[in-house]
Amino acid sequence: MQLEAMPPVVRLTHVSRTYQAGALEVRALDDLTLEIPPGRFSVVIGASGSGKTTLLNLIGCIDAPSAGAVEVCQQKVAELDDDAVADFRARNIGFIFQTFSLIPVLSAYENVEYPLLLVGMPGPERRRRTLAMLEAVGLAAQAQRRPNELSGGQKQRVAIARALVKQPQLVLADEPTANLDSATGASIISLMRRVQADSHTTFIFATHDPQLMSHADEIFAIRDGALLEHRGSAS
Amino acid sequence: MIGVLVKIAWRNIVRNRRRSLMTASAVAAGALAMLLFLGYTTYIFLGMETGNVQHLGHLRVFRAGYFLYGAGNPSAYGIDGYREVMRSIGADPVLEPMIRVLTPTQSLMGIAANYRGDNAASRTFFGEGIIPSDRDRMLRWDQYHTGIYHPLDPPMADADESRGLIGTGLARILNLCAPLALPECPPAPAAAPPPGEHPGKVNADIAELAGRDVPQGGRAPGGAQIDLLAATVGGAPNVVSLNVIGAQPQGAKELDDAYVLMHLALAQQLVYGREEHKITAIVLQLKDSRYLSAARARLNALFRERHLDLEVRDFAELVPFYGQVIRLFSSIFLFIALVMGMIVLFAVVNTMTMNVMERINEIGTSRAMGVRRSRIRAQFLIEGTLIGLIGTAVGAALAIAIAALVNRSGITWIPPGNATAIPLHLDVLGRPLRALGICAGLVLVATAAALLPANRAARLSVVDALRHI
Repeated sequence: MQLEAMPPVVRLTHVSRTYQAGALEVRALDDLTLEIPPGRFSVVIGASGSGKTTLLNLIGCIDAPSAGAVEVCQQKVAELDDDAVADFRARNIGFIFQTFSLIPVLSAYENVEYPLLLVGMPGPERRRRTLAMLEAVGLAAQAQRRPNELSGGQKQRVAIARALVKQPQLVLADEPTANLDSATGASIISLMRRVQADSHTTFIFATHDPQLMSHADEIFAIRDGALLEHRGSAS
Repeated sequence: MIGVLVKIAWRNIVRNRRRSLMTASAVAAGALAMLLFLGYTTYIFLGMETGNVQHLGHLRVFRAGYFLYGAGNPSAYGIDGYREVMRSIGADPVLEPMIRVLTPTQSLMGIAANYRGDNAASRTFFGEGIIPSDRDRMLRWDQYHTGIYHPLDPPMADADESRGLIGTGLARILNLCAPLALPECPPAPAAAPPPGEHPGKVNADIAELAGRDVPQGGRAPGGAQIDLLAATVGGAPNVVSLNVIGAQPQGAKELDDAYVLMHLALAQQLVYGREEHKITAIVLQLKDSRYLSAARARLNALFRERHLDLEVRDFAELVPFYGQVIRLFSSIFLFIALVMGMIVLFAVVNTMTMNVMERINEIGTSRAMGVRRSRIRAQFLIEGTLIGLIGTAVGAALAIAIAALVNRSGITWIPPGNATAIPLHLDVLGRPLRALGICAGLVLVATAAALLPANRAARLSVVDALRHI
């Protein structure tokens, strides 16, 4: 099936998310409706506090909307209980964080292998995939190093490998290049672009990085929790 | 999956090694204190049991009512036809394989007097008539390898009914320090007789009366002769002479000042005179203390079958002090266990809370990747368990090492109820199930202590955890 003919990987319908900050109610997302097509390199842009991270949290099923419906990979998230949501994330969603968030006591190899343990993949297949993924991000030689023995760029490569090793339908990245210098950031973007082109995995970024925006297939501009603009092939 | 949780937990323990070491040290101190105290109490309990079983046997068969009422008049509660009863017990197919020693004994009370020489003295005594060879076999019982064995010294002989031993206190009171060559027991200064009395004549009368019934055997060289006066079953006064061949200290002063150990035949002669000889109790020493309940049940069944008016008592009933000591030390142990448990609890709670606080972002990452709440909880519980295991293992190893050092040091002490010093021994592994229970209990406390922080970690909101810096 052509990608264009496939249903959207993310569908948000009249989604609102409010937070209570003391006596004040903060509306992070306000009646947001959007669809993100599959197999694209999508970017969510907006000023600080515009609701980018909240949007990613809802798409990543680590937060629940105050109102509206969130459908990810054709699954209505509200229908799942806590364990089922965790299992759903383990199978379908990969995360890349700004601060890399590797588990410090595990080696690069073990960090990449961890998501495969969560989905119960058998040992030999797990090992093959982990090594292949480390090879793909250029870290085969550093496989046994702990995160504190790696540079920032290497840590983010491990994080990318960890997000992609289980071949998820969706990868979410919140400011993945924010803690990297521009040259390393560029190499990370190029790596993600290459991996995305090979695997047709849907990537959704929240970013301020113009380099990253220039690689985007889809751009969703958010302001004050509402969709301001959508530019891209599906628009 | 459990493998990776254990791996993460272990590596975090190593990563925070100073904190983990402090917490594991608290657990180790708890294990060390409890295991050493267990070793000490085990040795006391087993030592007391050994001493009681050596002297009293495991079970004693009395005429019904003796246990509650007979102490005031042992002769009135004699067991009729005791030889036949003993034959029945010894031939019983259930009891026979359990029994190590089956022997009769006669308890009696009366007045012991030394009217020979210038310093006449008398004292009420508590006497026990035994068969010397059976008593010697009983004294060799040592199921728990405590090394406790204090033979009759000098030994009594089955063939010489006139010989006996007395408590050192009684020997002192009867002015027998010099004849018995007792150390630290100088002879008392001569006391003036009360006015109007002629002790020499009375003494000569009693000595003459006693001399009529003295069994053959003669006076032991280097010993002394005393006279024992008691009332027979019929109420008539009776006197026998006892050749005291030595004095042995008894655990309690009251007993030491009144104890007379004599041949069964002499005791029977004193209590029953020329009437039918009976005994106060049939003593059963078992090969193994674990047979006690079964042997007791079988004895009761046997007596019911044969319509015998007999009752069975075990050594713990006969010596309430034994139960009191056990209860006292058990209470102290419980108190120590509670204190140590609280220390371990708070130490682990504190450490695990710090571990959770430091790893909130890591918890958020794991949860975002799809780790269930239960696995987050399990990870921290495993960490608490590992700290508990490490601390307990170190504490147990230290306890065993310290116990070995103490056991080889040759330190001696006098346990409750004993008269002589014995080597101090810490029997840490003497009750392996208890020792294992202590270790398991501490690991359980450490695990339970981790539960609170682990639950907190598991309940964290993923978004809040990821936002945490």
